[in-house]
Amino acid sequence: MTETTFSSAAPRSESAGAVAGIWAWLMRHPPAFTLILIVAVSLVVGAINTDFWQVSNLFDILRASVVRGLFALGVLVVLASGGIDVSFTAIAAFVMYAVTMLVVNVVPDMPIVAILALGAVGGACFGGLNGVLVHALKAPSLIVTIGTQYVIRSFLLTFVGTALFMNVPAAMDAFGKLALFTHHSANGSTSTLPAFVLILAVASFVTWWILERTLIGRAVYAVGGNAGVAERLGYNLRTVRIFVFAYAGLLAGIAGIIHVSSNRLANPFDLAGAELEIIAAVVLGGARITGGSGSVIGTLLGVVLITLVSNVLILVGIPSTWQLVIVGIFIILAGAIFSIRGRQS
Amino acid sequence: MAFQVDRQLSFLATVNVAAIVAGAVLVGASFVELYNFQSMASQVPELGFLALGVMLAMISGNGGIDLSGIALANLSGVAAYFFLRGAISADDAPLLFTWSLIGVALGVGLVGGMLNGFLIAKVGLTPIIATLGTQLLFTGLAIVLTNGSALSIGYVEPLDDFGNATILSVPQCFALFLVVALAIGAILRFTPFGQRLLLLGNNAKAARYAGIPEKRILFLTYAVCGLLASVAGIVIAARTSSVKWDYGSSYVLIAILIAVMAGVRPEGGYGRVICVVLSATSLQMLSSLFNFMNISNFFRDLAWGVLLLVFIATSGFDFRAWFRAVRS
Repeated sequence: MTETTFSSAAPRSESAGAVAGIWAWLMRHPPAFTLILIVAVSLVVGAINTDFWQVSNLFDILRASVVRGLFALGVLVVLASGGIDVSFTAIAAFVMYAVTMLVVNVVPDMPIVAILALGAVGGACFGGLNGVLVHALKAPSLIVTIGTQYVIRSFLLTFVGTALFMNVPAAMDAFGKLALFTHHSANGSTSTLPAFVLILAVASFVTWWILERTLIGRAVYAVGGNAGVAERLGYNLRTVRIFVFAYAGLLAGIAGIIHVSSNRLANPFDLAGAELEIIAAVVLGGARITGGSGSVIGTLLGVVLITLVSNVLILVGIPSTWQLVIVGIFIILAGAIFSIRGRQS
Repeated sequence: MAFQVDRQLSFLATVNVAAIVAGAVLVGASFVELYNFQSMASQVPELGFLALGVMLAMISGNGGIDLSGIALANLSGVAAYFFLRGAISADDAPLLFTWSLIGVALGVGLVGGMLNGFLIAKVGLTPIIATLGTQLLFTGLAIVLTNGSALSIGYVEPLDDFGNATILSVPQCFALFLVVALAIGAILRFTPFGQRLLLLGNNAKAARYAGIPEKRILFLTYAVCGLLASVAGIVIAARTSSVKWDYGSSYVLIAILIAVMAGVRPEGGYGRVICVVLSATSLQMLSSLFNFMNISNFFRDLAWGVLLLVFIATSGFDFRAWFRAVRS
């Protein structure tokens, strides 16, 4: 923190220099900024309402972070490659509903591993289609995935079904209830940490490994940084685009299955509109929407921050109606800070 | 500077005519009655104004887009009614109430658009992130003001007339849409601002070296987008006699669809107002056709999604070259 990289900062006083140093360090480590926001929100909420510091609350936040986290990891990979995906919630809704329907009606005793695999494959197929379209149509991925989002969601509602599945398959039900850890609090109530948080942990590790330790990961950042240069260096744009969208679809498919298992309900109208807060979480975690940057740890912190904001407002007496306003302000602030960072570096 | 009939324009005109013919054949005489045309025309403006905003944002280039349009439209209507309902009695002074409502809504739209413009032009946010953030912010504010429920305005004659009555057999709100569209077309074509906006979208670097005030143009463009959104909000309030935060949840897609169908280049630098108007009317006629034929809303959304993809696919495609290749 002692180094001040700005030449213009030289004549400042010592304290101003230290502030500039901390600022410069934060600019280079966006996840730290997210972490500070999380700590600040927690301290403020915890000071106003001590109910915040309960194990059950921590478990609730972790539980609510799993589906969001899986979505966000997919969005991270797409953003890192310079694209954007808004169709993943539609993919998740389609996969979760179609797979639940298939399992209930055709193979009621399918094990959960097979159900998850089916969700992953289904999601990856839809995602791969996104990738093919984005590459072949040479159009902004935002517009292409807005199109596929509508096609997928309305195909589901028109041709697959609109009725809720109240009795989900036994394997999914059991998977949703499976506890990793059960906490008995002093007042006698129990709260459980569901086992499916492990899936987020595994997915996070795999995503980190792909982005940081494999050739395709290098290719993703290279294409996101500058697609033209990356192509001249010999990276295959088509492969990268299909890969990132298929990977986002795969994670969305798994997230859909977990959503059903956790809620014990398959509702085809669920998840619609959630894509914006997920993109917000990834951007809050330091990924630039113009591509070439972003980290798994930042993304997870961004998800925790968004979940925190939507879960704890009620604890401090702020009506839940304010949730969107606060998330919107966070996005604008994060975008502003990172765009200033981009200009300085 | 002469009026040109290009491929896109003739194509859209054909789609309009084809939709009318299809309606006459499939639905019958009731589709081609004056009443039905008036009914369809009065439904065009709310989306048309939003699509004009999307067009301007897209023309400005550098990933320009306005995702906050319908959110700002709803917020304008909600905020205007929320602040006026206690101040002015709609029963005692309907004309004053209507004009005040329009004034406050336009003010909210202008401020919202200026916020977008400030974030994009001055702070340097990418348009996607800026308008995504403000979309949540505007929607959130509308929820806060209404507590999440719809507010009914009730019958206020001048406002209702604007939404539903006709002038020379043309619905008033559609007439306003045509006038505004004409004005924007004239601005793009004949004023220095319009020329600079098109240049900026075509090649931002060249525009910068040519001394074009990039930031001021971007700021103004998004401010106008905000104004257009609030006009859409006024039309919605007039036509539905109510304001709510989640009206037109699929309008973000449809406004973009109208712009893309009109041949506006998402990369910036090109867009024609006449094509946006024709694109909006053809979508409305298809939508009414679906209604007459009792086709579900879900299927209609499916059709819009497919249309969007098809139009992106064909926008960069030269049909004449393809026909030549087929013939030879």
